[in-house]
Amino acid sequence: MPFLLRRFITLLSSIFAIVTFNFFLFHIIPGDPIRLIARTQRLNAEAIAKLRASYGLDGSVLSQYFRYLAKLLHGDLGYSYSFKENVSGLVGRALGNTLLLLTASTLIVVIAGIAIGVFAGSRQGRKSDTATVISSLILWSMPTFWVGMLLVFTFGVWVGGLPISGISTANAIYSNWFQYFLDISRHLILPTITLAIVDIAFFIIITRTALIDVMSEDYMLTARGKGLTRKAIVWRHGFRNAMLPVLTASALYISALVGGAIQVEVVFSWPGMGLLMYNSVLARDYPVLEASFLLTTVAVLVANFGADLLYRILDPRVAVSQ
Amino acid sequence: MMKRIKTNSNHGFRYFLVKLWADRMGRWGLIALAITTFIAVICPIFFPFDPSQVGTSAASILTGPSRTHLLGSDELGRDVLRQFFTGARISLFVGIMATVISTIVGSGLGVFAGYYMGRLDGVLMRITDFFLVVPALPLMIALGAIFGQNITVIIMVIGFLSWPRTARIVRSQTLSLRQRQFVPRAKSLGASNLRIIRTHIVPHVMPLIVANTILVVAGCILSEATLSFIGLGDPDRISWGTMLHFSFVSGAIGRGAWWYFLPPGFGILFIVLGFTLVGHSFEKITNPRLGGSV
Repeated sequence: MPFLLRRFITLLSSIFAIVTFNFFLFHIIPGDPIRLIARTQRLNAEAIAKLRASYGLDGSVLSQYFRYLAKLLHGDLGYSYSFKENVSGLVGRALGNTLLLLTASTLIVVIAGIAIGVFAGSRQGRKSDTATVISSLILWSMPTFWVGMLLVFTFGVWVGGLPISGISTANAIYSNWFQYFLDISRHLILPTITLAIVDIAFFIIITRTALIDVMSEDYMLTARGKGLTRKAIVWRHGFRNAMLPVLTASALYISALVGGAIQVEVVFSWPGMGLLMYNSVLARDYPVLEASFLLTTVAVLVANFGADLLYRILDPRVAVSQ
Repeated sequence: MMKRIKTNSNHGFRYFLVKLWADRMGRWGLIALAITTFIAVICPIFFPFDPSQVGTSAASILTGPSRTHLLGSDELGRDVLRQFFTGARISLFVGIMATVISTIVGSGLGVFAGYYMGRLDGVLMRITDFFLVVPALPLMIALGAIFGQNITVIIMVIGFLSWPRTARIVRSQTLSLRQRQFVPRAKSLGASNLRIIRTHIVPHVMPLIVANTILVVAGCILSEATLSFIGLGDPDRISWGTMLHFSFVSGAIGRGAWWYFLPPGFGILFIVLGFTLVGHSFEKITNPRLGGSV
């Protein structure tokens, strides 16, 4: 079986597993959701049956499951009783905002993280290297949400100067698109920095370790023997080969990034999937919690699938060895 | 009389303590862990925290550090320092208990998958990869929201979602041990698979498991803090994460009540860093090939 097909089947079965898991988690375990929704004992049998049917909770577990699958395939994620809106609309809007945040901070993390990691790795054991490692470990040990709280305190209360909440100024009227763009960018600064600060540490450490590993390879000795400059050795030979193990760690990175984004969105009221998840937890709004959990997880699975494909394009050796 | 040959994996607790102390990273880590353990175990005895002892007047709410409240008071007029001491205990307890679950599940699966190989290995590693890829925090939030805000639930949720990395690491080490000569030799002497695992495999992967476990504690403490911050903490057992949750929702940041949200954050940073440093240092000791790399 060709690799692409095999990998795609794995992806589909993972998605199927998470959908099924999701069904049991939210539809079977929490007891009788109708009692929760009704919040009163004074409903007659007819009203309860009606509610049950409208939430797809009548019939056997198996028939509930198939109806659930059918609804999912139609993009019907249910109705939110705290937002009074269709869940699909809610998560649709949130997803875009989260992607914006993730893209912005990933750009910073990848560029700065690799640069600093290569810098430290090529100076292994020196003072600048030790300082980089120690500060990375410190950053990595900080809870992301607490970093956000510190920045909110610094820029919202203490020094001021940057917006600390939301994606745009409330009730603002923009005379053109550029102003709107500028407003969102200003709101994006602190959440992006918060998310980047913690995840950059992860990237630096992995890049550094990978580079040190590569530097001890025989072909690096050859490169030195050819009389190449240090810069050429590190960047042309070291960096390019070190990127492969870094890419392998991308699954871990993606997971950490999503976890960090949830915390950042809560702290900065960034209207994305994380804030939606947080609000649905507070309101115990299970349809919203369920949909945001499902969508986030599936998105991560697909992202990992993409990273896997990228890895094979960048490292042809993998394809040959399989 | 046969003399027992002492191998690297048979060193005792004291040996590692001395070695850790000799390493700069390890020493700082040990100091951090000792201080936090002291705070968590001893301080709450002398300065107990009573959640029901709320302030009597509006003036007692979110007051700054003073002689009666060394670290000020919270949004209900309760002493922050006492909360900080109790919080250390809960954060450490949850982190360690979750790690115990995670280590047992992870190393158990890893050893069995690596030793028996074949189909069992295939199935177990497929499951492991699935949990490795699924983002942990959303799953923890979903489970925590459904099963309720309870310290046992939190420990179970974190523990049962933090094992995949351990399983992977232990499995690859077991696989390479399995190829060694002593496995067929022990078999030819009539040793059962379980006996080989117990007497030959487990002692050899132990240093790896310990190093990994120390790092897992750091991750579990962070997970607990995050879950509690989201609002899924046990309201009766306040941890550092729960303190940060209440400081956040009560608007302590906006009021500039730094004494409320700084100490628990630094506490988490301090203890997580301690475990991370000791873990990396331990890795260096047990696997000298790693040298200076992290």
